[in-house]
Amino acid sequence: MSVTRPPVGAPEIRRLDPVLEPGHTYASVTDKIAAVVLTRPLGIGWLAGFTLTFSLVMLLFGSLAWLIVKGVGIWGINIPIGWGFAIVNFVWWIGIGHAGTLISAILFLLNQKWRTSINRFAEAMTLFAVACAGIFPLIHTGRPWMAYYMMPYPSTMGIWPQFRSPLIWDVFAVSTYGTVSLLFWFIGLLPDLATLRDRAKNRFQQLIYGALALGWRGSAHHWHRYQSAYLLLAGLATPLVLSVHTVVSFDFAVAIVPGWHTTIFPPYFVAGAIYSGFAMVLTLAIPLRKVYGLEDFITMRHLDNMAKVMLATGLIVAYGYFVEFFMAFYSGNKFDVFLAQQRLHGPYAHYYYALILCNILTPQLLWFEKVRRNVAALFVMSLVINTGMWLERFVIVVISLTRDFVPSAWGRYQPTFWDFSTFIGTLGLFVMLIFLFVRGLPAIAISEMRELVAHESHSGGDHK
Amino acid sequence: MAQIFHRSANFLARFSLFGTVVLGGLALTGVLVVARSPYITNERVSRNQPIQFSHKHHVGDEGIDCRYCHTSVESSAYAGIPPTKTCMNCHSVLFNNVGYLEPLRESYRTDQSIQWVKVHRLADYVYFNHSIHINKGIGCSSCHGSINQMPLVFQASPLTMSWCLDCHRNPQANLRPKDQIFNMDWKAPADQEEAGKQLAAEYKLRTTVELTSCSTCHR
Repeated sequence: MSVTRPPVGAPEIRRLDPVLEPGHTYASVTDKIAAVVLTRPLGIGWLAGFTLTFSLVMLLFGSLAWLIVKGVGIWGINIPIGWGFAIVNFVWWIGIGHAGTLISAILFLLNQKWRTSINRFAEAMTLFAVACAGIFPLIHTGRPWMAYYMMPYPSTMGIWPQFRSPLIWDVFAVSTYGTVSLLFWFIGLLPDLATLRDRAKNRFQQLIYGALALGWRGSAHHWHRYQSAYLLLAGLATPLVLSVHTVVSFDFAVAIVPGWHTTIFPPYFVAGAIYSGFAMVLTLAIPLRKVYGLEDFITMRHLDNMAKVMLATGLIVAYGYFVEFFMAFYSGNKFDVFLAQQRLHGPYAHYYYALILCNILTPQLLWFEKVRRNVAALFVMSLVINTGMWLERFVIVVISLTRDFVPSAWGRYQPTFWDFSTFIGTLGLFVMLIFLFVRGLPAIAISEMRELVAHESHSGGDHK
Repeated sequence: MAQIFHRSANFLARFSLFGTVVLGGLALTGVLVVARSPYITNERVSRNQPIQFSHKHHVGDEGIDCRYCHTSVESSAYAGIPPTKTCMNCHSVLFNNVGYLEPLRESYRTDQSIQWVKVHRLADYVYFNHSIHINKGIGCSSCHGSINQMPLVFQASPLTMSWCLDCHRNPQANLRPKDQIFNMDWKAPADQEEAGKQLAAEYKLRTTVELTSCSTCHR
């Protein structure tokens, strides 16, 4: 932290923390990041973490197998609550992915230098989150082997999927998102894969990284095409940041169920997605920089900026909650009013208050610079916000479905062991993939960091 | 530094791009073709029966009406498989000692039904009713083909859902006058388009929306 006191009376000029600590060269940046993949031995911490998460993945597979054997009756869902954990978890996971795309695409187009050291693992987080998210809509159908019915293909049934249904839009939104994210991530990795290939310690690594590098030689032609492709993909990915969660919100907003049928849903879902996504990036970045000593690359500037994004999107989300309430009463629709009261006083009210605490009240601490610069506090807060965003989806899905129009259609929802085991299993899958990622691929974009080195050495590192 | 890969790797890389698109496309096309082939639909596959009963002989040569054996086709969902006694109406006298009819006589003696093999199998989740089709102007041969020329009955139509829907979306093309329903050789006349419209009005056919609604067939 390099705050210099301005002379009394002068306009206050704050010197921001650098996005890259000074003193780094091309070689030191490359060495430091590549070493995590190529030379660092597997520590006990990594092995223990991997073992734990791997067993959680086995729990996931077990739960899925049991689900396929027995059907969705093993979950707590029943009419009228046909959507339970599966949809809550789907929306939660897919939302988390959004921060990665925002960082890699929108911040790239806006020329935000601070994205450089966090974009790679944020994109990986996006991919893994989409993978976890994708499991749920598939399995909640009860017959996942029929999932291809959702794709439009010339079938012998002579009919097409119902294109007016948001559930079909979902299929397109999520599969496009997954594909573009994967391409974006992979294209961005190419120069780094070539670096790893050239520094590989054995034949096996050479072959793997060599094949993945697709013959990258670093020629001017390669760089030219690489940059065009990257820019194009950034342009393609940018609308996805907004569209994917908008479509997910349509799953609810297009239905006439009280509490779902509202126009605020698309913007407030997108804001919530970015909110939870940045929380997850922080959850991952803070241990990552600590364990692998990457504090020089992921500096306080990054953490501070991400905290500010969380604060901003958190306020949008808070506004969304407020408008939901306001519109319920302003519309005078008795079902909407009743639902709003059910959130405050119904059987699931404690979830709602927990949500307000996690998502609206706690993040207000981020107004204080002291909190934004306290790594431990940020880490805890990122976990709190992730919990809050999960609760938000639980409140939306469960309270509306348990309190439908007529009392005879009311019900209660109680998740079962298998609901939890599947959810915890996907958490395990996510973290396991992150574990594999940090040791298998450069978690920070080496080539972009080199650019940053060049940039910082020319301009002293104090620019925006 | 020695090259990691042989020069041929360049070709492999380019070919894999091409191959993914072309081979993937071919594989998908293949699946779609197989789904329509007799291997899946059983179209035009003859089945062995306990007695090699020839519809060609009984319908084509002898001119026996469908309803002589399939008695409930006009009034019930199920057209009906005749009891052995119906066969014995004639075969107690005709060909009453030929070897290949022994299973028939045995069935008559022991009062055990002949286990005919079902040829037209619809999925369990399809509600199909013969009588409504017969009474609304759809003739037997529209779906079953020229039964009067089949020594052993086979499925003349694919029985896929798109095949059902072809007609449910445009029934006029197949509507016949009442007296032509059981005519195995009926061909649509030149003025079928006009006649079909008139017949549709006469039979009070439901609208296409109703005829293609999910619950019309999946109840």
